[in-house]
Amino acid sequence: MIAPPSAQSPPSAPSPPQAELPAQAVERTTRLIRQHRGRADALIEVLHQVQELYGYLPPGALAQVARELKLPLSRVHGVASFYHLFRLEAPTAHRCAVCLGTACFVKGGGELAARIEQRLGLRLDDAAGNGTWALEHVSCLGACGQAPVLVVDGRLEPRLPMDDPEALDRRLSALGLTAGADAADAPGGAS
Amino acid sequence: MSVHTLTVDGVEVAVPDGASLLDAVRAAGAELPTLCHLDGLTPVGACRLCLVELEGSGKLQPACATAAGEGMAVLTQTPQLREWRRMAVELFFAEGNHVCAFCVANGNCELQDVAVTVGMDHSRFPYQYPNRRVDASHPQFAIDHHRCILCTRCVRVCDEIEGAHVWDVANRGAECSIIAGLDQPWGEVAACTSCGKCVDVCPTGAIFRKDDTTAEKEAHRERPQLLRAARDQHQWQNQ
Amino acid sequence: MASPTPLQLRCCAASGCRSAGSEALQAALLAARDQLGGAAEAVTIKPVGCLRLCGRGPLVALDRSGGDGQEPSAGSTELYAELTPEQAPALLAAATGLGDELAAQRLDPAHPFFALQKAVVLEGCGVVNPESIDDALAHGSYAQLKRVLLECTPEQVRDQVKRSGLRGRGGAGYPTGLKWDTVALQPPGPRTVVCNADEGDPGAFMDRSVLESDPHRLIEGMAIAAYAVGADQGYVYVRAEYPLAIERLRLALKQARAKGLLGAGIAGSSFNLRLEVRVGAGAYVCGEETALLASIQGQRGTPRPRPPFPAQVGLWGAPTLINNVETLASIPVILREGGDWYAAIGTEGSKGTKVFALSGAVANTGLVEVPMGTSLRTVVQTIGGGVPGADGPNGGVKAVQTGGPSGGCIPAHLLDTPVDYESLRDLGSMMGSGGLVVMGETTSMPEVARHFMRFSVNESCGKCVPCRAGTVQLAQMLDRFVERRASLADLERLEALCRMVGATSLCGLGQAAPNPVLSTLRYFRQEYQAACREPGQCEPPDACLLQEVTP
Repeated sequence: MIAPPSAQSPPSAPSPPQAELPAQAVERTTRLIRQHRGRADALIEVLHQVQELYGYLPPGALAQVARELKLPLSRVHGVASFYHLFRLEAPTAHRCAVCLGTACFVKGGGELAARIEQRLGLRLDDAAGNGTWALEHVSCLGACGQAPVLVVDGRLEPRLPMDDPEALDRRLSALGLTAGADAADAPGGAS
Repeated sequence: MSVHTLTVDGVEVAVPDGASLLDAVRAAGAELPTLCHLDGLTPVGACRLCLVELEGSGKLQPACATAAGEGMAVLTQTPQLREWRRMAVELFFAEGNHVCAFCVANGNCELQDVAVTVGMDHSRFPYQYPNRRVDASHPQFAIDHHRCILCTRCVRVCDEIEGAHVWDVANRGAECSIIAGLDQPWGEVAACTSCGKCVDVCPTGAIFRKDDTTAEKEAHRERPQLLRAARDQHQWQNQ
Repeated sequence: MASPTPLQLRCCAASGCRSAGSEALQAALLAARDQLGGAAEAVTIKPVGCLRLCGRGPLVALDRSGGDGQEPSAGSTELYAELTPEQAPALLAAATGLGDELAAQRLDPAHPFFALQKAVVLEGCGVVNPESIDDALAHGSYAQLKRVLLECTPEQVRDQVKRSGLRGRGGAGYPTGLKWDTVALQPPGPRTVVCNADEGDPGAFMDRSVLESDPHRLIEGMAIAAYAVGADQGYVYVRAEYPLAIERLRLALKQARAKGLLGAGIAGSSFNLRLEVRVGAGAYVCGEETALLASIQGQRGTPRPRPPFPAQVGLWGAPTLINNVETLASIPVILREGGDWYAAIGTEGSKGTKVFALSGAVANTGLVEVPMGTSLRTVVQTIGGGVPGADGPNGGVKAVQTGGPSGGCIPAHLLDTPVDYESLRDLGSMMGSGGLVVMGETTSMPEVARHFMRFSVNESCGKCVPCRAGTVQLAQMLDRFVERRASLADLERLEALCRMVGATSLCGLGQAAPNPVLSTLRYFRQEYQAACREPGQCEPPDACLLQEVTP
């Protein structure tokens, strides 16, 4: 009536290709998993560390994590895709995050995001960005006293001058937020 | 074994300790729509259709995931609950692409049944027409994500009964989707034993056998319960 | 030993001031001090946590008398704002009485922003060096832990907490003592303490400030809580967006272990406690208790129906006490001064003080700790200084948003409301974790509502249908209002769906997601009506017509 669990391949056999992962990184992953004594509840901690290693979470690395923590593949992918800080695709060279928390929203965070979208020629929260830059939103960095804020390549930039368009453009240019070839077209980028 | 006495819509029932409110409702002969719940699987309380009101507390509780307690007074059919149940069904219809006319599960679909039960003839909320995938890479089965209501029965049956844990939920919010392996084509996931339990328990036409066409899907939603009873109580029903 | 120093410079090293350049400033101050020659010995420069007025950082406090271990007395401390590294020599000159170039940047300590604050949770914040356990010990950290381990039974500790009337500062305001009792009185077996430091409400940074400024206070509070409920392991779940807080907390834990204040046989007693940090990965819903527990166990942060409550069935099935940072950081003071002392502060139903993160359209943004029951007007206008450049009876304030995406907007005419759990709830908002975002007169309320709804769409875990699909529909309805193409039928549908999502969602996130819409509908309904397509149908019709002609 119901098919018995077949004796096919064991559930742990990972199918994604692993060839492209550098052996050194694979080895380091094994070591860091061992540091957590292979505890399944360390999954999120392990994913943080693996992401630090590769800059994102390649499928091969997820398969390795699943195998060594003895977790189902789908469980590992389910967790990795649940949390916004885990990236499943290779990141662009530069990244900018605009805070759209309430304080930043009140102080013009939305306009700031639109301004950067326009300058860089990309869409907010599109991981591919313009090839060089990607712009994502964050919900609140707790830097509300400095609103509105940006994070440019990991550095918090406080108090963007939203009431002075020229000063804003100068500040954004100084941060390198200028589309490469279109730099001359970007308002404020030509000076 | 201790027993709890409670009332369901005024009808007195006695249920054993450990029984859920859903068990009590059924014991009282009342009907409650359910979608995510399936006997034999761990309840998750996600579809919110079996919400009941506990008199005096004002709070709503999912009957499937709440333990029956002594002296509870359960209301299952207040006008407010009926209205919210209908809205929940409308939300289900509006968030996916449910076209009964050419669905494999037409006539054997729990979402369709629930819509009839709650009296939903159209959705007051705009349809979202999401662009989802269809995965027919498995030799015997296919999954059409347009018809998925994220009840997670497939995830649970595969994990709890079959023990293969092929399925899980990826992403979050409206982006949630059921995935196999590392979000791979189902047919490529080595963990799948092709047992077909996910097909059996799927309430809609989302997971189906490839040889079934419109309105031909037969689901066997009683199977997890039978398997669990066989396993836990050594009660075999396959003679 | 070091003799008392006549001069001390406390440099804010919390992330607000850091982003404004406080590290370079501190380095410049150290370099400038070395230039002083012989006088250098008399000047102590130490990094401290938040000095409150985050909007004007980097901040440096100058204590003219007193030294390490001594509270600077009022009148002897000066606070300087918006300093640049180039101004370091000038600041030292001012400190040593050789000039007063920086008079314009000197803040008045008698200003209501400082004078009306009452530091209880933030007592050590801006005073102790957050990276030095010795400094923390010199300021009294761990004294209460050592005392209760030696002198008190767990029951006595819980009794003091019950007497204090402390209620959970994470949002819902559940009585802390009762929660502790519930966990302590479960059948024998292992128990766990969890500190919820997943401060996700936009506009809230109180917990971050405590973690960055005075981590030992939190650890002490957790250890006392663990003792009181009989737990021997604990976790601090911190959101990954707070790297500095995580770094300082990890350092503090390491120092505490090295001093024997954590681990086995703490301070010579038989009490053991293992504390670990768990870092989130960007999910607001993990602030919900059951989702947080799932995340600590390495799973997707999805909530589950309660009951059973975590106090009965929590981490790995064991009874688990979950309290937020501010709640636990209040514990050492409560035990030092006594529950009755704490209960004398605040109002009948809401005891003690509350830390608020004041931001938005307000002159003075930063961290504010005031007794419960202080009016919103005092906080926003007297302490916060109102909307910059605006005047009038409500100082240009249109509304104050409290409680983040779970709270609501309180209109200016209700600014005299005392801030306590019940008053805010009666107004359709909630205390939440303590973010207060001030909105000026130009703010559009349907836009505010949409802002929060989009947040909820983004942060919904997707488990239950009212929250997963309902918030999407609500956000789209609000689009129609923001884009002024709604109808009165939309208004009805909006309210009906808000009530449904609020009543039927699985967890607090979904249940509270409609609050910003409902509260703006309650106080600013005319803005929604004015956004309807058929102005003739609106009431009062004039209001819409007036709005319609000015696009």
